[in-house]
Amino acid sequence: MNGLRFFASARFWRGALPALSLTFVLVGVFWLQPRAMSYFGLNLLFNLAVPIALATIAQMFVIAVNDLDLSIGSFVSLVACIGATWLRDTPLLGIAALLGCVAVYAALGALIYIRQLPSIVVTLGMSFVWSGCAVLLLPTPGGSAPDWIRTLVSYKPSYVPMPLLAAVALGLVVHFGLMRTSWGVLMRGVGGNEKAITRAGWSVLKLKMVMYALTAVFGILAGLTLVGLATSADANIALRYTLLSIAGVILGGGEFVGGRISPVGAVLGAMTLTLTASFLSFLRISPDWQIGAQGAVLIIVLALRAIVNRLEARR
Amino acid sequence: MISLSGIQKVFGAVQALSGVDLQIHAGECLGLVGHNGAGKSTLMNILAGTLEASEGSLTIAGNGLGKGYLVQEAGRLGVRCVFQELSLCPNLTVAENTRIIHPVLKGFGWRTRAGLLIMKQLDQVFPGHGVSASDVIGDLSISKRQMVEIARAFTVTDTDIRLVILDEPTSSLDSRVADQLLKYVNQVTGQGVSVILISHLLGEILQVSDRIAVMKDGRVVACRNAADFDRISLVEAMGSTVVAGAAPRRGEETNATIGEERIHMRPSGQPDDQSIRAQAGEVVGFAGLAGQGQTEALLSVFDGHGVLPSGARDEGCCFIAGDRQVDGVLPLWSIRKNIGISSLRRMRSGMLIQSERELELAEAWKERIGIRAPDVEAPILSLSGGNQQKVLFARALGSAADIVLMDDPMRGVDVGTKNEVYTIIRQEASQGRTFLWYTTEMEELDYCDRVYVFRDGIVSETLTGSDITEENVLQASFKQVSGAA
Amino acid sequence: MRSIETFMRHHPWSWSFVAAFLTWAATAAYISGTGGLALASTALSFSTFFVMVGIGQMFVITLGPGNVDLSIPSTITLSAVVSMMVMDGSNAMILPGFLAAILVGILVGLFNYSLIRVLSIPPIIATMSSSFLVQSSAIALGRGVKIKPPAALEWVATAKLTGVPVLSLGVIALAVCMAILLNRTVYGRSVTAFGQNTRAAGLAGVPIERIRYLTYSLSAVLAAICGVFLAGFSGGSSLNMGEEYLLASIAVVVIGGSSIAGGNSNVPGIFGSALFLFLLVAMLNTFGAAAGLRLILTGLIIVGVVTFAGGRTENR
Repeated sequence: MNGLRFFASARFWRGALPALSLTFVLVGVFWLQPRAMSYFGLNLLFNLAVPIALATIAQMFVIAVNDLDLSIGSFVSLVACIGATWLRDTPLLGIAALLGCVAVYAALGALIYIRQLPSIVVTLGMSFVWSGCAVLLLPTPGGSAPDWIRTLVSYKPSYVPMPLLAAVALGLVVHFGLMRTSWGVLMRGVGGNEKAITRAGWSVLKLKMVMYALTAVFGILAGLTLVGLATSADANIALRYTLLSIAGVILGGGEFVGGRISPVGAVLGAMTLTLTASFLSFLRISPDWQIGAQGAVLIIVLALRAIVNRLEARR
Repeated sequence: MISLSGIQKVFGAVQALSGVDLQIHAGECLGLVGHNGAGKSTLMNILAGTLEASEGSLTIAGNGLGKGYLVQEAGRLGVRCVFQELSLCPNLTVAENTRIIHPVLKGFGWRTRAGLLIMKQLDQVFPGHGVSASDVIGDLSISKRQMVEIARAFTVTDTDIRLVILDEPTSSLDSRVADQLLKYVNQVTGQGVSVILISHLLGEILQVSDRIAVMKDGRVVACRNAADFDRISLVEAMGSTVVAGAAPRRGEETNATIGEERIHMRPSGQPDDQSIRAQAGEVVGFAGLAGQGQTEALLSVFDGHGVLPSGARDEGCCFIAGDRQVDGVLPLWSIRKNIGISSLRRMRSGMLIQSERELELAEAWKERIGIRAPDVEAPILSLSGGNQQKVLFARALGSAADIVLMDDPMRGVDVGTKNEVYTIIRQEASQGRTFLWYTTEMEELDYCDRVYVFRDGIVSETLTGSDITEENVLQASFKQVSGAA
Repeated sequence: MRSIETFMRHHPWSWSFVAAFLTWAATAAYISGTGGLALASTALSFSTFFVMVGIGQMFVITLGPGNVDLSIPSTITLSAVVSMMVMDGSNAMILPGFLAAILVGILVGLFNYSLIRVLSIPPIIATMSSSFLVQSSAIALGRGVKIKPPAALEWVATAKLTGVPVLSLGVIALAVCMAILLNRTVYGRSVTAFGQNTRAAGLAGVPIERIRYLTYSLSAVLAAICGVFLAGFSGGSSLNMGEEYLLASIAVVVIGGSSIAGGNSNVPGIFGSALFLFLLVAMLNTFGAAAGLRLILTGLIIVGVVTFAGGRTENR
């Protein structure tokens, strides 16, 4: 009986780790800079976390089916470029282009499944394609975000800052869709045991296409939010999102294979990574170490998770 | 009523099924027995729609189904299958896994409905199961997973079930739970559902089946009422493979070569003072029911546990896998490289591997062990299963290792191959090698000098010489069954 | 004709050379005159760096699914920064600088391996996490300092003997050694067995953990050496000098005909595809194609190659 209780607690700790790490970093920031504990401060801290969180969710859909998207950073950049050019000047063309992107993603899912290709290489190739398109569209940094997007991202509700609201809404909506609906079960099932899904008579092909399409949808949301915040775009604007999004999913308790993912955790993971960067600046540590600190947080959390797992295995 | 006629299935060069005819009546329990590789699982996959027959026809309730009979169709006609390897998603909960096989479980409140459905079924089949609908499968013990999977196959939403196939359903259930299942099978067949039960435990089959079909070499060789069979006639029908008496008697002629002790190991949790010992020149058997810790014991010896300094010279231990594809074959390589991998160090001159020496080694063993292939540069996957297994033997025996660990390596190997290999094992032992041999085939124990019978991860009995008999091994295999359950 | 066909089918790397030759021929015909030779010489120069990191990445990829070294770019940068600081523009300090760079490689390899082993996380996550740290160290060390490479190093990295770049000769020698390492040594065989079926390789006596450690170290050390020469070639280190090598190192392996599923790799293909990738860009440049188009074509070629080469072989 004692063992059972301990086991339950190991699972609890694993689930709580993302929230704890965010709390830890947040407390650190508040302690160093009490003024951050305000509407304005929180807004500033978490503003840039929203597009990263969206990109992380996008990455999570692919990871849920045991694949990996190495092109999400260049894809988000491309979307930002589309947002800052076509979507403003010729909205219909812009929308068509974005829908086209979703279709391409779904087709990639199909290609990867049918030919049993390694997603890493296919998406690697696609990252060149997305970057190429972005460069063609916007050879030099510039463009400007449509006004409606700018208004949307700079909306200031009373009491609670917009980024926090957005993060909570994002986490809850995706959690509901993926973890609570009957269709979400099938999609996660593909990651857990593809054969079982096939044997039950479902088309894994369609499910994978849907997951890839959802990746594109959230990638588009990330790109548009980003261009709204930055007001202009460039072809390299979000390249580092590729690694950040993977880190965010893993930090949020997601696992690389087996369909074990957590949407809420992924959002928390993305926020932790963003906050780590600010934490350093409050510590007066050179921003040179920003990326390093993100890596360190990732390693520490993974180490803690390994410890929890090992304690559990010893039981 | 379901009937199969002339079903054939070909995998590459291997004919898995060669013309199967079989009828399953409504409300009967059909027992299906046969050796490993007789084609039982392939046949059931075809019946469940997960494999397509190469030839032949299938009729379910008057619907003639030929090519293009697929899982969806099977589901619609009420055919369910519990496969040998589990078909649950380990990352999902019990209720969510139920949803996967029931398309109608959707919309508002599906989780509650799925949970109620599966819990009701679990309560019915396995009273006192201790599973809850919100448990994640990956967190459950293997036997609870199996219970969930079995119960799930019997759940009914929009279509009635007509046939449930149970492929080795009791392999990881303890005897009490297995009894619950068998009782339930009796109950549902009374309600008109047909059940096909595949099991290696003949007692089970004889106990619950109405009729029993025996498969051998890809066809049904006998199919009669269960009452017409008993344990002995069933085994006979399955075709006992090795002719007794071919085994060289151990003891007298071989004990001259037995030398220094090489292994001395106590399995962890061994309550008494029995321990596993092996000397140079000995063939030591591991027996017992499948999955009682024999493979784990071999692996721990492979990692060096219990290996005395005298056994740790040269290249230490070598391992011959039973599950070729998972544990043995390096699929992209030729026969030569597959044999050479365990002897690379010996084939170097300076830093570089001399392929001529490797070729020599491979050619020599191809000759000695009789690998049937045009030449040793042929890809290993071009060989039949038995010949692939011979390559693994050649790899191990061609190495310098003093200790050879064998993990039920004769699974699914034809009789001729077996006899050839047995002879070589004896020869090698007489030259001073030590063999640890886990086997599930009783006849193979005749080649052993000493046998350790495993039960629940520990040695339940040590048998030597003339004490190694089928009765004694069976007795020891079930030794603590009453206490454990 | 038939024999050429079978040769190419059995040696998937030959495609990359054919492709490289065709792009070169097309470009040379377009620019005419001696430009073609100059182009070939430039291609040799630039491809050497791809080959160096590509070989390391190839050994890692040979280990099988999930094995990719994402820390190559950051290792290049860090080793370039460190070696330039140690050399400090003096010819006498070239050797210590080199040793320092190799030490960087060894440490990164050790760190990657420890993360994989101790945290039991997939290699791709481990190398990604460590790349964050390594990149940061490089930025912190190298910001604001621009040290010119020693003259001798610069000469080695840029000099040409009758049009043939000196460095490319060295890299050809390296490639030959690495091909021997892959095909003729116990280590190479072990890596190949590891990638086909790790469990089976372990049970056949391959020391799995040692092989994994050596492979990640080899990749990091090659990246570190590449960093030194790259700094010599481009007149010093810069903080984003490794960037393009993340994707390129994987691309040359895949286009070169090595199996991305592991267990089946070759060295010559890396050379061929490195030449091809450079010449492709050169060709599109000559034809006046925009930068974006070049990227798109590169990407489509990678996707096309892996689609036609097929994915995981189906094991029954």
